[in-house]
Amino acid sequence: MATGRSTTTGRNRTTQTNATTRANATTHKNATTHKNASTHRKQIHLAAHFPGADNTTVWADPRSRSQIDFSSFEHLARTAERGKFDFFFLAEGLRLREHKGRVHDLDVAGRPESLTLLNALAAVTDWLGLAATMNATFNEPYEIARRFASLDHLSGGRAAWNVVASPDAFTGENFRRAGRPDRVDLDQGLDSARPGETLSTRAAEFLSTARELWDSWAEGGTPKPVVHHGRHFSVEGRFGVPRSPQGHPVVIQAGDSGEDREFAASAADVILTRHGTLEAGRARYADVKGRLARHGREPDDLKIMPGVTVVLGDTAAEAQEKAAEIRRQQVSPQNAILALEQVWGRDLSAYDPDGPLPALDPVPESALVQGRAKIANAPQTAARWRALSEAKGLSIRQTVIESTGRQSFIGTPDAVAAELDTFVQSDAADGFVLVPHLTPGGLDDFVDHVVPLLQERGAYRTEYTGTTLRSHLGLRHPVWKG
Amino acid sequence: MPAPPVRSPVHLAASLDGGGQYEAGHFTALARLAEQGTLDFVTLGDSFTRPGLEALAVLSRVAPATERIGLVPVVNTTHTEPFHVSSAVATLDWVSRGRAGWSPEVSTTEAEARLFGRRPAARSAEVWHEAREVADVAAKLWDSWEDDAEIRDQATGRFIDRDKLHHVDFEGRTFSVRGPAVVPRPPQGHPVTVVDATAADPRAAAVRHADVALVRTQDPLAARTAREELLDRARAHGRDPERLRVLGSIPVALHTTADAVELAGLIGDWHDERAVDGFHLRLADPERDLALIVKATVPVLQHRCLLRRFYPGATLREHLGLTRPVNQYATAGGVRHGHG
Repeated sequence: MATGRSTTTGRNRTTQTNATTRANATTHKNATTHKNASTHRKQIHLAAHFPGADNTTVWADPRSRSQIDFSSFEHLARTAERGKFDFFFLAEGLRLREHKGRVHDLDVAGRPESLTLLNALAAVTDWLGLAATMNATFNEPYEIARRFASLDHLSGGRAAWNVVASPDAFTGENFRRAGRPDRVDLDQGLDSARPGETLSTRAAEFLSTARELWDSWAEGGTPKPVVHHGRHFSVEGRFGVPRSPQGHPVVIQAGDSGEDREFAASAADVILTRHGTLEAGRARYADVKGRLARHGREPDDLKIMPGVTVVLGDTAAEAQEKAAEIRRQQVSPQNAILALEQVWGRDLSAYDPDGPLPALDPVPESALVQGRAKIANAPQTAARWRALSEAKGLSIRQTVIESTGRQSFIGTPDAVAAELDTFVQSDAADGFVLVPHLTPGGLDDFVDHVVPLLQERGAYRTEYTGTTLRSHLGLRHPVWKG
Repeated sequence: MPAPPVRSPVHLAASLDGGGQYEAGHFTALARLAEQGTLDFVTLGDSFTRPGLEALAVLSRVAPATERIGLVPVVNTTHTEPFHVSSAVATLDWVSRGRAGWSPEVSTTEAEARLFGRRPAARSAEVWHEAREVADVAAKLWDSWEDDAEIRDQATGRFIDRDKLHHVDFEGRTFSVRGPAVVPRPPQGHPVTVVDATAADPRAAAVRHADVALVRTQDPLAARTAREELLDRARAHGRDPERLRVLGSIPVALHTTADAVELAGLIGDWHDERAVDGFHLRLADPERDLALIVKATVPVLQHRCLLRRFYPGATLREHLGLTRPVNQYATAGGVRHGHG
């Protein structure tokens, strides 16, 4: 207990020091912005994703720690803040995944409730943005608007909301609305779980209703009653939280479809995308940024941040070997059979992971797997895996490992820093969401070895220059629409 | 059967409510002050219509900045999702390392109903029946992971033992929940449930689900009668009355050190009357009143051996002398329930 006390005292001292620095940062903001502007180098934005409940998170590594103890979240958040990251990001899970009607047991499972956790992280960080994924399907706008406004107040303007919609009946079994879908949900078919479900009209109205609530208090003023009667929501009354430091928390949207991009262009501040080649990134970047003008927005008003994985080594060869080893860790023998079952849609537990692929054909539209994105075009995937296995003489597990996506950036810190910078300078991205495979130390090496090189290149901040997440991201303060 | 004797030393809790506060620092300073006075817990009220931040968010923000004090936010069960409520309270317990409680409250007003537009305002009896169901399902969800469900067994490649995770399959009047929880079983097993049992409808919830029942009264004899009734009814519901604490909830406004000493006298008198297990002090001005309580009330009580001088344990349950609940799904002989 004595150790715990002294640690906390030390931390509090740090917090006070940083709070003073935070106050000064606003004063110095203009000068710093001017200095950066004179170099004309586009600045990289970085975010840290807490390792999630899927097989990319390697729990069997001896360095892997708790997925639920607060200390793990504190470690990654402090690492990200040490690396001057823009924000810390939590995904959402509202039902444990199931396989063959039983709780899936091979991957990390269990997570905290995101906003509660982020409010606690606000106490142990001073600058880092705090982003939570919150569902528009199983929540109501008044409560969510209030919860994000609360986080924004309690963190001094560091809140962000990743808006998602996932009207699947499996998750719905944990919620009121599943038993009582409203009129519109019935129209749209609540039962039709669609892979990669994009933002529905419900999510768009959910967000615009939240904005009406946030805008109902003038800055330093009194609230006006909100009257919203839309297709999905009916909200009448006064919002209980005064305008928060950021006005509106930063709004994030994830997805790559045309609908996702259009929604992000109309309403989001950050879009999270998949990582791909430099050319694919540039094409997407041009497409997404090109959509903004139609919504009366500037290209800088929406930041494009692909989710990426990074593996570092002292040499390129060492990094490649480490990357291959991580992929082997991610695909245990049991996970290989599971991956196969996801594609084949049938029970393949009798197969040997070190043996050949099954000769059977996949079952289309199988209900074997619940609670995760279904594999699109399963027969094609099965055919591709068979061809790969036959061509290279690979076992089931080797085939799955081989088909697992390569990490996005593999190399020495120098090479990785250069590549990241290239993506941003050539307009394939505005920054990256880093997805580590280890809890909680998965970004330690990146922050220690790559961040200083990005800073040397003049492509990344050496100090935070503003106090809010909007200021880190270079976003404008939202115009009050009272 | 006679009610168990009142607890000694007394349990002390204080409310942090006071209008117009939106800064984390305000609440952190108050909670630290309460911790300096070795209080068991602080409470923070909530409603969707009153101006103010979400109480559970505020106390989550306070948790890492404190070490021992219990944290008990009011949580609405009428316009919220029981599954989210259970997850948030469990998470407060994780981030505070076992210091969370929650105080379920209902909403009966049209004004709150219109903010959600989902259901009309309902009568107290109806929404308190629902609150009881929410407390019931919350406890089931907290138990839906057994404590040793995470195994990280390299030989079989399993992170969890799914025989130790349980669907709860709860069917209430207004909602159903399949489970299991997404949050593993919290450090205290069940965070502490605190119910203001002054009115009849919440009292029916308190005798079934509360670990701590609050009774608003200024008369020690009335408090003693209320305590005995609560413990009798808890026993009638098959509960061990030793597992329910009854605190007198009294309004407090202190202006001088003399007032604070007088409060210590009042607490001592109530204790002599064997009226209650402790007090929930509803402070008129938390900053002023708490400072005076820590300066003058607490030392007097400590001198009279009516209040402890330090926290002997780390969790709120330990402060209250409440044992960690047995998991309702765990079976001693290793026989599994049919779920999984």
